[in-house]
Amino acid sequence: MDVYRKGAWMMITEHRNVIIIGGGPAGLAAACALYDKGVKDILILEREPRLGGILNQCIHDGFGLSRFGETLSGPEYAGRFIEAVRQRKIDYITECTVINLDNNKCVTAAAQDGLKKYQADAVILTMGCRERPRGGLAIPGDRPSGVFTAGVAQSYMNLHNTMVGKKAVILGSGDIGMIMARRLTLEGAKVEAVFEILPYPSGLPRNIEQCLNDYGIPLYLSHTVTRINGKARLSSVTVSEVGRDMKPIKGTEKEWPCDTLILSVGLIPENELSLQAGVVLDGRTKGAIVDENGMTSVPGIFAAGNVLHVHDLVDFVSLEAEKLAEGVSAYLQDAGEGNQKTCAIDIQTDETIGYTVPQKVSGKKDVTVSFRPKFPSQNRVFEVYQGDRLLTRKTVRKAIPAVMLHIDIPAEKFVSEETVRVVSHEE
Amino acid sequence: MKNRTFTCIICPNGCDIAVEYDDEGYFRCEGNLCPKGEKYVLNELTAPQRTISSSVVVDGGELPLASVRLNGPVPKDRIFDVMKEIRAIRLKAPVKAGTVLIKNIFGFDSDLIVTRNVEKKA
Repeated sequence: MDVYRKGAWMMITEHRNVIIIGGGPAGLAAACALYDKGVKDILILEREPRLGGILNQCIHDGFGLSRFGETLSGPEYAGRFIEAVRQRKIDYITECTVINLDNNKCVTAAAQDGLKKYQADAVILTMGCRERPRGGLAIPGDRPSGVFTAGVAQSYMNLHNTMVGKKAVILGSGDIGMIMARRLTLEGAKVEAVFEILPYPSGLPRNIEQCLNDYGIPLYLSHTVTRINGKARLSSVTVSEVGRDMKPIKGTEKEWPCDTLILSVGLIPENELSLQAGVVLDGRTKGAIVDENGMTSVPGIFAAGNVLHVHDLVDFVSLEAEKLAEGVSAYLQDAGEGNQKTCAIDIQTDETIGYTVPQKVSGKKDVTVSFRPKFPSQNRVFEVYQGDRLLTRKTVRKAIPAVMLHIDIPAEKFVSEETVRVVSHEE
Repeated sequence: MKNRTFTCIICPNGCDIAVEYDDEGYFRCEGNLCPKGEKYVLNELTAPQRTISSSVVVDGGELPLASVRLNGPVPKDRIFDVMKEIRAIRLKAPVKAGTVLIKNIFGFDSDLIVTRNVEKKA
């Protein structure tokens, strides 16, 4: 009864200028950039015992090349931002899970010392993403142990010192899957093969080279696992070729003995809280629809990083989060210039482009639009139109879905309130 | 004259580089966006090099492992020897990021460094 009174009954709502949900790379970068813009009353809420998010388990190098001009491991990259947060004395709470967010920017969180309630002027969503699990693929078969998503295997091996298996098959050519193929090999496991249902790899070319080719691990395109076999532990997977319709071709089944299946079949932005707050999501990115300021459909709620759209490079996550700080501080000290509303001009795409972020612009500011091509192609011309007017164009020698592209639109190029279209064609 | 293609691993651009070369030292690259690509290909043809990351056991730490990496490349065929060295290391908390565990591993211009802090277990 006492606990009830202290915990819930007499729960005091604390006011904060900005609450940042998630202390990974996006949250840390947003916090520092905001602080440097003069917004000092910031609180970062982090679910895990330490800041840094997924970077803590990404011990491979290759991070920070564009940001710092050197190659760092994930913990080192995170470490630099954590240090920056500490130097600025920005508040953060770890082991604190946000359990509710409403459209009024009221945040409820479960912390080590009880339930907390905050009223924020602005909320920044930086919750990152989740892996698509086995259930999301509906692979038929048994349910033995030995089936892991790549990130879970990575966490076991890199954080908990636990080996996941001896003989592995990897489904999906996502970057984490390939990086785990190398990691497993280095730790003495045999990685039999990587199977990808698409006719092209979904990860970066350099990872195919340094994680698979270097260790003689074959990559089979247009193949997928069609059955999982095993009693207590996984004993084999059945793999089939798939046709152009992505359906398994009868008669091509082959059994691959293994004790471990690693799934690297996609990441999905984690938006349960966003939905609670009534934030409108984009069916293509599975993240919020945002404008050039990073503001979602709910004024005062912003989003950046993998919760918004899944990035291939953390360097771009940091940039995106830092850029959002401008919009957040403008929103907080609104000078009546329309910073309190989500921008109105839509950005649309043709069928060659997967999505754009942002999806909305004001037409009054310079904008960098991030997007992904839907299929691999060479010498592709990307163009941005407003009505019949060409705003800007860019030719890309090698465009692949694994690599996010960016195109800058200078403010003076916008001519009207008409919808903006991003399209592409062969050179 | 020989022809090969490489995917550069130096940065996320992952350039496809076509190279024309012979045994007399003739060498011409095409497709690399920067000079690093040319250097990479030259290395691949003569003595391929790689860096590597792993982790070492930490006693008495808030985490059981501290991540480590080589801060410079070593010959590709020595990667598993490096792994053996890494596996033999055991540290005691606290561990500081940046600590050099092995200076100039096997005599190469590459150190094994710790890449994360691990505090003592509370």
